[in-house]
Amino acid sequence: MIEIQIKKRLHGSSGEMQLDVDLKIQEQSFVALSGKSGSGKTTLLRILAGLEEAEAKIIVSNATWQDKNTNLAVQKRDIGFVFQDYALFENMTVEQNLLFVTQDKALATKLLKMTELYELKDRYPNSLSGGQKQRVSICRAFMKKPKLLLLDEPLSALDTAMRHKLQEEILLLHKEFQTTTIMVSHDPSEIYKLASRVVVLEEGSIKEDGKPKEVLLQTQGSQKFSFSGELLEIKKVDVIYVAVVAIAQQIVEIVVSHQEMQSLEVGDKVILSTKAFTPSINPA
Amino acid sequence: MDFTPFILSFKLAALTSLILCFISLPLAWYLSQTQSKVKPFIEALSALPIVLPPSVLGFYILFALSYNSPIGAFFEDTFDVKLVFSFTGLVIASCFYSLPFMLQPLQNGFESLNKNMLEASYIAGKSTFQTIFQVALPNMKPALLTAIIVTFAHTVGEFGVVLMVGGSIPGETKVASVAIYEMVEIMDYKAAHIYSAMMIFISFSVLLSVYIFNAKHNKRFGL
Repeated sequence: MIEIQIKKRLHGSSGEMQLDVDLKIQEQSFVALSGKSGSGKTTLLRILAGLEEAEAKIIVSNATWQDKNTNLAVQKRDIGFVFQDYALFENMTVEQNLLFVTQDKALATKLLKMTELYELKDRYPNSLSGGQKQRVSICRAFMKKPKLLLLDEPLSALDTAMRHKLQEEILLLHKEFQTTTIMVSHDPSEIYKLASRVVVLEEGSIKEDGKPKEVLLQTQGSQKFSFSGELLEIKKVDVIYVAVVAIAQQIVEIVVSHQEMQSLEVGDKVILSTKAFTPSINPA
Repeated sequence: MDFTPFILSFKLAALTSLILCFISLPLAWYLSQTQSKVKPFIEALSALPIVLPPSVLGFYILFALSYNSPIGAFFEDTFDVKLVFSFTGLVIASCFYSLPFMLQPLQNGFESLNKNMLEASYIAGKSTFQTIFQVALPNMKPALLTAIIVTFAHTVGEFGVVLMVGGSIPGETKVASVAIYEMVEIMDYKAAHIYSAMMIFISFSVLLSVYIFNAKHNKRFGL
């Protein structure tokens, strides 16, 4: 069991706020941490890693990392950390990046083979693509065989295809090493695929906490279909109005009534829902 | 042709660069990492030699190192070392005079590093010392090289402070720049020309090699 109690005053973009989190996490589980930017997610990870000071109580499988009397240095905490910007050691090859953590050549080889990076082991980071760099960074985080793996939006800088590939690899590594993982993510499909639990932060405190299915499915009442998107434009076509809404990477058009139109403004976050028909699903 | 002044200049520059490297590395690291309120004070103090006239600096150093001051008296009584008008005194004066030229490139180098990369090293279990020598410095070779070379070149080119603190004792404190000054004074223009041309040639070659190295390094790292 991993116990986390954290209190810290933050000077966020929207003024002062109090980070106040109390969490208990099952070992070997995969927890996604979600919420708007500035809600304290990254700070929470950094406090867990010992990179930032806070009034905290952190107990990881019976070992106290931090409480009133103890405060383990970042070097002494059993963590792996993956940064959004990879943070590789530019002066070392792929393999040296891994071996810098521990001189365990067998483990390095195993990790590099699992992530199809073995052929690139003698390359320097600046000659790799973003996806390759992030895979190296993920492998590096596993080199310590950490008790707790912290991923800070590891895939948000990558394109969709690369994201899917890395999600598979993270899942593979998690199955292999059974490392308790906390991952900051905004992508519902990513959370759904990887996590067994999702915690949503808002203004520094936990707003929602549950299974991804319960938290992420946005349908309410008897609605069957529901998407959130951004209203891009409202056009008048003959006697009706057509709203153009961006949902994820797609643009759709919806007919709106004059009455509905008056409560909408371009740029609004909107929820599109329907309950009237049975959708069909076909391979794309 | 007597090359003693040149040898003396390079000996002084090499020693000064070496000593300043040891002093500036920890100080530059501290300044790059701290958010303390004393930081601007240290920065302003260490940058003073850039703006002060060498005579002001030379005057105070001369004053502090002479037998009339506790520091000078202590060294002379305890170690029997005379600090003014001696090579030792020149090294001390040069260290003050050239400090910002070593400190500032190093501090900029440390500050330009990706903070997450340094944190990744701590997370990998490495101490600050290991992080500086295995991660930070190898990733800022141009800054390191610039710091050393500019300090070296600046010390070779120093004149005012050297003249005030060291005087012009042949083989002891008569460095190249002072020697040229004296040649001009006694109207030995031929020797002054040769010495000056050598200074220009050496300085240009050193600076050129720094710029070539930095350009190659930046290209390799795609900067």
